[in-house]
Amino acid sequence: MSKFKKKKDGDLPAISTASLPDIVFMLLFFFMVATVMRDSTLMVANSLPAANQVQKLDKKDRVMYIYAGKPSSRYTDKYGTGARIQLNDKFATVEEVAAFVLAERAAKRQELQNVLTTALKVDGDTKMGLVSDIKQELRKVNALKINYTTRLGDYTQNID
Amino acid sequence: MAKRSAPEVNAGSMADIAFLLLIFFLVTTTIETDSGINRKLPPMEEQEEDIVIKEKNIFTVVVNKNNQMLVEEELTEISEVRELAMAFLDNGGGLGEEACKYCQGERNPSSSDNPDKAIISLKNDRETSYKVYIAVQNELVAAYNELRNREFLSLNPSLGYNYVDAQKRYDDPRTSLDDRERLKPLLDQVKAMYPQKLSEAEPSKTN
Repeated sequence: MSKFKKKKDGDLPAISTASLPDIVFMLLFFFMVATVMRDSTLMVANSLPAANQVQKLDKKDRVMYIYAGKPSSRYTDKYGTGARIQLNDKFATVEEVAAFVLAERAAKRQELQNVLTTALKVDGDTKMGLVSDIKQELRKVNALKINYTTRLGDYTQNID
Repeated sequence: MAKRSAPEVNAGSMADIAFLLLIFFLVTTTIETDSGINRKLPPMEEQEEDIVIKEKNIFTVVVNKNNQMLVEEELTEISEVRELAMAFLDNGGGLGEEACKYCQGERNPSSSDNPDKAIISLKNDRETSYKVYIAVQNELVAAYNELRNREFLSLNPSLGYNYVDAQKRYDDPRTSLDDRERLKPLLDQVKAMYPQKLSEAEPSKTN
């Protein structure tokens, strides 16, 4: 008789926990596969405009992201409410875009350096002036392939 | 009150169930990918000599600072742009060498000669809202896509899907290399029939 025998009789035997690791691994794998790593925290408002004539942006290793929009509420007292550019984890000026693109390009593998796409994740309420400035900077460093990242939807959602 | 204890549950198959679920989720979940409108910016080098383009071959779309749209200098609703752009691209008003055999447009001599010559010029103001700009871009791309779909279907009626789906299939990394190789000439053919000549001019300044 075991030392830890309970007083009551007719107890259920302990449930085997042998499969617990399996379940845990299963969950682990699931989340590993399904989660998209966000490599930078968003510091700007980013409600993308809707479009339906879109092409997918596969092959994440060939994409660099430029965010733009109004600073989110946490940053408004420091950075104001004017639309700004976010590169990686910090706010940037238009002049820094070119340097960013060159740095990103240098970090990629040689064979990918000429096929990079710049994804512009710009908030819908931004004025085109800022977007045009970014585009001009991209032209300067010959990063000509761009993608206006949008969410899927009808264009009428953009007009209020 | 049952006196005998329940028999121990056999947990040997638990791992199998776990793997079954794991594989199920692996197969069914798609990792969310971004999508958007692809564009190519013009290179920075200014061309030395100005290429002469006939006025009738340019379709000007201007979005002003109040997010109003002017198509060929007339105030237009965004919902009408697709039709207008398609009519312009598909006009095929050229004669002789510039004639367009596959165009189904009105062949209006004061509109574009052929789709290869037709250029859509999209101009915006610095104060234009990005949302509206994307909406206009979307409609212009839609005009090209609709025409390409039409030609793709009439050239490859046996394939059973249109140009946009074919392009999607081509871009999908899961499509086999053979399929891709088969699709490429078909896509290129239609692309050459209606080349996407969409110029994004530098924005005008507001005073």
